[in-house]
Amino acid sequence: MSAAEAIQSPVQWHSTFGRRLLKRPLAVSCLAFLVVVGLVGVIAPIALPGIETQHAGNLLQVNQAPSWDHLLGTDQLGRDVLQRLLVGTRVTIVGVLEAVVVLVGIGVPVGLAAGYLGGSFDRVAMWVVDLAFSIPGIIIVILVLSLYPENMPAAMVTLGVLLAPLIVRVTRSATLQIRDAPYIDAARVSGLSGAFIVSRHVLPRVSGAVIVQVSFLAAVALGAQAGLAFLNLLVPAPAPSWGGMVQDGTNVLLIHPWLIWPPGMAIALTMLAFSLLGDVARDVSTELWSPSSTPKKRGRRSAPKRFAAVPQVETSSLLSVQGLCISFDSQAGPVLAVDDVSIDINAGEVVGVVGESGCGKSLTLAAILGLLPGNGQITGGRIDFEGRDLVHLSERELRGIRGKQIALIAQDAMSGLDPCLRIGVQLEELIRRHTGNGRRLARRRAVELLAEVHLANPEQVARSYAHQLSGGMAQRVAIARALAGEPSLLLADEPTTALDVTIQAEILDLLRELSSTRGMAVLLVSHDWGVIADVCERVFVMYSGEVVEHAAAMPIYRSPLHPYTKALLLADPRDSDRGQALNSIGGTVPHPGEWPVGCRFQARCGIAVSRCAESKVRLTNLPDGRSTRCLRVEEMQA
Amino acid sequence: MTLLSIDRLEVVYRASRRTAGVRAVDDVSFEIDRGETVGLVGESGSGKSTIGRAILGLTPVSSGTVEFEGEDIAWRPGMRRPSLRGAIQLVSQDPSTALNPARTVGDTLAETLRPAREVGKAEARRRTESMLENVGLGGVADRYPVQFSGGQRQRIAIARALMANPCLVVCDEPVSALDLSVQAQVLNLLAALQSSLGLSYLFVSHDLGVVRYIAHRMVVLYRGRVMESGPSQRIYDAPLHPYTQALLMASPVPDPAEQRRRREARSSTRPTGVGVLSPQGCPFAHRCPFTIAQCLEERPPLERSDDDRLVACHRWRALEDRVVSDNVEQQRAVR
Repeated sequence: MSAAEAIQSPVQWHSTFGRRLLKRPLAVSCLAFLVVVGLVGVIAPIALPGIETQHAGNLLQVNQAPSWDHLLGTDQLGRDVLQRLLVGTRVTIVGVLEAVVVLVGIGVPVGLAAGYLGGSFDRVAMWVVDLAFSIPGIIIVILVLSLYPENMPAAMVTLGVLLAPLIVRVTRSATLQIRDAPYIDAARVSGLSGAFIVSRHVLPRVSGAVIVQVSFLAAVALGAQAGLAFLNLLVPAPAPSWGGMVQDGTNVLLIHPWLIWPPGMAIALTMLAFSLLGDVARDVSTELWSPSSTPKKRGRRSAPKRFAAVPQVETSSLLSVQGLCISFDSQAGPVLAVDDVSIDINAGEVVGVVGESGCGKSLTLAAILGLLPGNGQITGGRIDFEGRDLVHLSERELRGIRGKQIALIAQDAMSGLDPCLRIGVQLEELIRRHTGNGRRLARRRAVELLAEVHLANPEQVARSYAHQLSGGMAQRVAIARALAGEPSLLLADEPTTALDVTIQAEILDLLRELSSTRGMAVLLVSHDWGVIADVCERVFVMYSGEVVEHAAAMPIYRSPLHPYTKALLLADPRDSDRGQALNSIGGTVPHPGEWPVGCRFQARCGIAVSRCAESKVRLTNLPDGRSTRCLRVEEMQA
Repeated sequence: MTLLSIDRLEVVYRASRRTAGVRAVDDVSFEIDRGETVGLVGESGSGKSTIGRAILGLTPVSSGTVEFEGEDIAWRPGMRRPSLRGAIQLVSQDPSTALNPARTVGDTLAETLRPAREVGKAEARRRTESMLENVGLGGVADRYPVQFSGGQRQRIAIARALMANPCLVVCDEPVSALDLSVQAQVLNLLAALQSSLGLSYLFVSHDLGVVRYIAHRMVVLYRGRVMESGPSQRIYDAPLHPYTQALLMASPVPDPAEQRRRREARSSTRPTGVGVLSPQGCPFAHRCPFTIAQCLEERPPLERSDDDRLVACHRWRALEDRVVSDNVEQQRAVR
């Protein structure tokens, strides 16, 4: 989990879906409205007997506007509109329920079975689903009604069957996503039955998607029910229904236009309540695994700089990050994720930043390019690059630097390539943007770049699409792309983590070679101490948002001066034999927002003393150019 | 005493009945004794995870046998999945997907006792609590997976695997997704549980360093075939097969001087760059620095070395005295 995720991770996992839903005002009002409609449907026909069989009211008071006697007026036969509306609710709601019960009853089991079992059952089910989509549903329903006149259950059950394929599809695709999850495998290995796995593991995970679709289809069923009633196909004559009342209204539309409003609004509001409830339900069901359901705009550029400018330090470095602080907004206020980080790199140098997940190393890299994720903000420090402070540049000015002067390669090279465009085209586009060259020149340059990263057959690679490349080739293409703007600094964020070791070694060789032949500086971020040892001249070690140690590569591995560095190097299984316990570090990395006062490693440190917990530990600069954030540096040196 | 015996195992993945299919596992044989850890080492596409899945009955076996306690447990296409009643368990790689986020840790652990049927609710609860204590996480049964860090979740996954008293646990890259500081905790836990419960492990990993530490014996795979197998320490110190050598040279160690030495060793042995690979030949021939004509035409058989290792290379005897192995010995002496 990255530092950004750690902060934004959902908090309310332990509360149930229903409880979280009730925290949303919109959901509560929709549910309240639907409950009222449901109660009216149950009570009104009992409380108002005789309305269903009433052919005519007071014929002296027809087509009246709303008054105290008749709150919603009367219709063309002098009957009270409010009473008819209330009594008509039952038919409408019962019709919707019939359709929904049928479509859930068929759709969910078939969808679960098709997704979980796969194979021939899935093929047949999907074939039937596709067939059902090609049938004009409403015509079938009318056909059924011509066989069973004014038989609402027959019509609504038919509608439910015809809508079920929509639920089948949604359930199936949600099931497919988790069918091969390791926890499902583990349950299978334990000998649990398929029925148990589906009901306990799969169903809870797909229920969110199903609820959304059901609420939408409930609205569809309501519309269909009202439409059929409007056509006088469902409900025998004197009995009221919403759709039938709309029909009554349209008959006298010119002389008494008010009459279509009460049933029309009832239909519209109920459909709206179903749809809105579905929307909120979707948000609530996905908030569990998506970090923030309402992604905010990247805040860095637009937000005012609330921190005092840090004085520039005279430096000969190509890039100099000083006192960088990054924080994220959370429900509990801003949370610091990167705290007072200073990193520098000279032209042509290869420098490593090493640390565990959540230590803030990738955030630091993202901040240099002004690409902080989510609502991350730089809240302090400066980033000097070729005489300019990148923190205070506009988005437009930064765009001139990204790719051209500072390039980035990331861990997942494949996802950085457009799957629809040939590799060569993607490179040409960049080259033309950076150099302003013509198409022909750019095309030649693209192939040159691909050759420069030692792709065996550059012309052929230029003609390929991303999916035709292996992981190692994709990373080479990503490097070629980074080189297109002739950058003086390359930021590499875990560039080899996803690759096999033999391919990793080749990519690291390539980075080293490019750095020395082009004089390009490389800032390499990795969690792998072996990778850092392979290419880096200097190393910054990060822990919990801070740089805890900095030195040239050789001394940091031979005589680490921070207990964290030392403990990590000792934990390497290569140094112990089977049967010996490994030197493990107890405890876990504290999350941002849970950092202790004083040294952040104190709880896991073997030599911590009481003063380690007193106040923030400063980075101690040692005479040999090294630095460490440890109060007991003398003991470490001994 | 042999617990699991795999003989001439083949797994072929087929997209449809008409296509030829990919031979993910090709003629692999090895055995696991009681209380032993066998490491399966290889890069992506080597078939190491597929072998684990075939043993667990999660992937159908195309040919060959998987014998567990003398009984054939291979799941063949068109057959019912054989039930092992939890005697072989799984610990998977990614701690974020190893546990169902919608179920409490206690529920996840307790459900593994269901197939045995004779365990009551209170007893299941008690065993869940004591198993969680065994992995150092007492009193957390009512929490959800999201409330734990990656290392803690991996321990819970181990606890789940051990609930049904298995004899063998397939660990599929159990520490690859963990940070170094947590990796050591989990490896120590696995070792401690092995000695207290007499477990056997099949430890699948791409990391030779980790496998050398945890496994008694290792099997090195490339493209579904066994390249070399034998005692882990011997293979790590003096690999006989050029592929094992390449893998060892390429895996980075936290020591800049050693890395420089390995880099030089690597650059002195570039692949000979032969043309087309034939299915009859050695699968590593196109990347091997020592390829000769025979490697392209003839599949190298597994040969037994003097120290009881198996090597599938036409030239291993000729290459045995080469520099690479000597250097590794020297390096270990220096350290």
